[in-house]
Amino acid sequence: MSAWTAGIDVGSTYTKAVVLGPDRAIAGRALRPTGFQLARAAEEALEAACGEAGLAPGDVAYTVATGFGRHQVKVGDVRVTDLTAAARGATLLFPRTRTILDVGGQTMKASRLGEGAKVRSFRLNDKCAAGTGAFLEKTARYMGFDTEEIGPLVATSKTPTSISGVCAVFAESEVINHLSQGAAPADIMHGAIVSLVGRSVQLMKRVGMEPEFTLIGGILRFARMAEVVREQLRAAVNVPEGDLVQFTAALGAALLGQQRLRHRAAPAAVPA
Amino acid sequence: MAHVAGVDVGSTQTKAVIVDEGRRIAARALTMTGANVTRAAEEAFGEALRAARLEEEEVEYVVGTGYGRYRVTFGNTQVTEISCHGRGAVHMFPRTRTVVDMGGQDTKAIRVAPTGEIEDFCMNDKCAAGTGRFLGAAASALDIPLDALGATALRGERAVKISTTCTVFAESEVLAWLGRGKKIEDILLGVHQSIAGRSAALARRVGIEQEITFTGGVAKNVAMIETLSRALGAPVNVSDDSHYMGALGAALFALDRLLAARAPARAAAATGGAA
Repeated sequence: MSAWTAGIDVGSTYTKAVVLGPDRAIAGRALRPTGFQLARAAEEALEAACGEAGLAPGDVAYTVATGFGRHQVKVGDVRVTDLTAAARGATLLFPRTRTILDVGGQTMKASRLGEGAKVRSFRLNDKCAAGTGAFLEKTARYMGFDTEEIGPLVATSKTPTSISGVCAVFAESEVINHLSQGAAPADIMHGAIVSLVGRSVQLMKRVGMEPEFTLIGGILRFARMAEVVREQLRAAVNVPEGDLVQFTAALGAALLGQQRLRHRAAPAAVPA
Repeated sequence: MAHVAGVDVGSTQTKAVIVDEGRRIAARALTMTGANVTRAAEEAFGEALRAARLEEEEVEYVVGTGYGRYRVTFGNTQVTEISCHGRGAVHMFPRTRTVVDMGGQDTKAIRVAPTGEIEDFCMNDKCAAGTGRFLGAAASALDIPLDALGATALRGERAVKISTTCTVFAESEVLAWLGRGKKIEDILLGVHQSIAGRSAALARRVGIEQEITFTGGVAKNVAMIETLSRALGAPVNVSDDSHYMGALGAALFALDRLLAARAPARAAAATGGAA
């Protein structure tokens, strides 16, 4: 029997798949826009991740689905919450993680972990775009920039413009006012990040944050996000390397799959 | 005959109304506010002047209102939009006790005394849910012109329940429902009901008393009138000039000030004559 497992994280914006070997090493990963056909996005992401690992989807022995859309996809032997999956993924990468901040396209989550990567408390925002990546996306779009241009844009800013960040829709008038007063788009974008991080820190305080802090989620691919969190917390933070920030929950789901496999194998080893 | 004007610089559109001494509307004009608020106010005022065939000097008093009122550089004074909407609504419908004003970026509920004075008000100014922008988001997601939204929604039979609060997320929810095979008219009816529900909750916080007058740009939308009236459990008055209610109120305040400024002069003239 193969010992490959997969984790699929059906997020609000992107669907991520990770294929994990028995040695807990990532064999393949893939990302697809979630769109409105969640099942297809999940299948495609899984197939691509398997392809990268040199496997056929049938070679994967156990698949764990997570993320907001986990109940709408057929793939997966079991479903776990994104908080559980993120906790497993974050502690695999940074074993001393006690607080996780996860900022995605349409959600923001903070959780505090206890022993064994168990989630002790959590808070999330999924009602208001001002506290999620959508706020940055909207701000960028009002100024004529793409989401992927946010990173390079803010890299040139030294002083953030003050952005109230009360509402992602009202931000449009605010952005227009700042632009008409001569503020640089980079500084406005930087200001939007500072405002978003302010909300993140509030959420982290409410779960009773303790170090070490690990930051994950698609929005952390903008390096300035982590820098501003570090500045506001006045503490060191862990950030998974490169695009791994986006795959942390999928990685955790695949890791849970490995545990299930071992549990499944264990009783069989006991002589009847 | 003396003329006065009210200029209402809203978050999305700027409106100007010129009123004559007999409180009749002589002209109205509307422009997009955009980034240059002062210029938008000048444009709207200029257009109203041309429509009324008046020179700027012939308009004796100008009141600015709306969120950009302090940038109406040519105005004599400013009055809050709450007072202006209340005043305009009571002028159009004298028995008005509650005003629901739905604009591009905010929704207000105002309770007015029979005299037209403001007793209480409540507004959503922190979040775009329940404002015209929510309709704008749905219109762009479904690619339907804004002014066709109402008629389309009224064809809906089984409203889709919109669960998102945030206008930004509503855009994706609308598309998701479309992807799941729901009819555009049913989705739109749901969008209208969601906004109407939020606005009615706002009105309840100030205490709903009849008659209710519905003002603001969104009051032109037939489905909004219908769903709001249902959510409030009472009919609503809607004027053809609903869009201009704030500017009208501002112009009426301008007339008050003009007449008040003249009164002491007249009183002095009268005393002078008697002596």
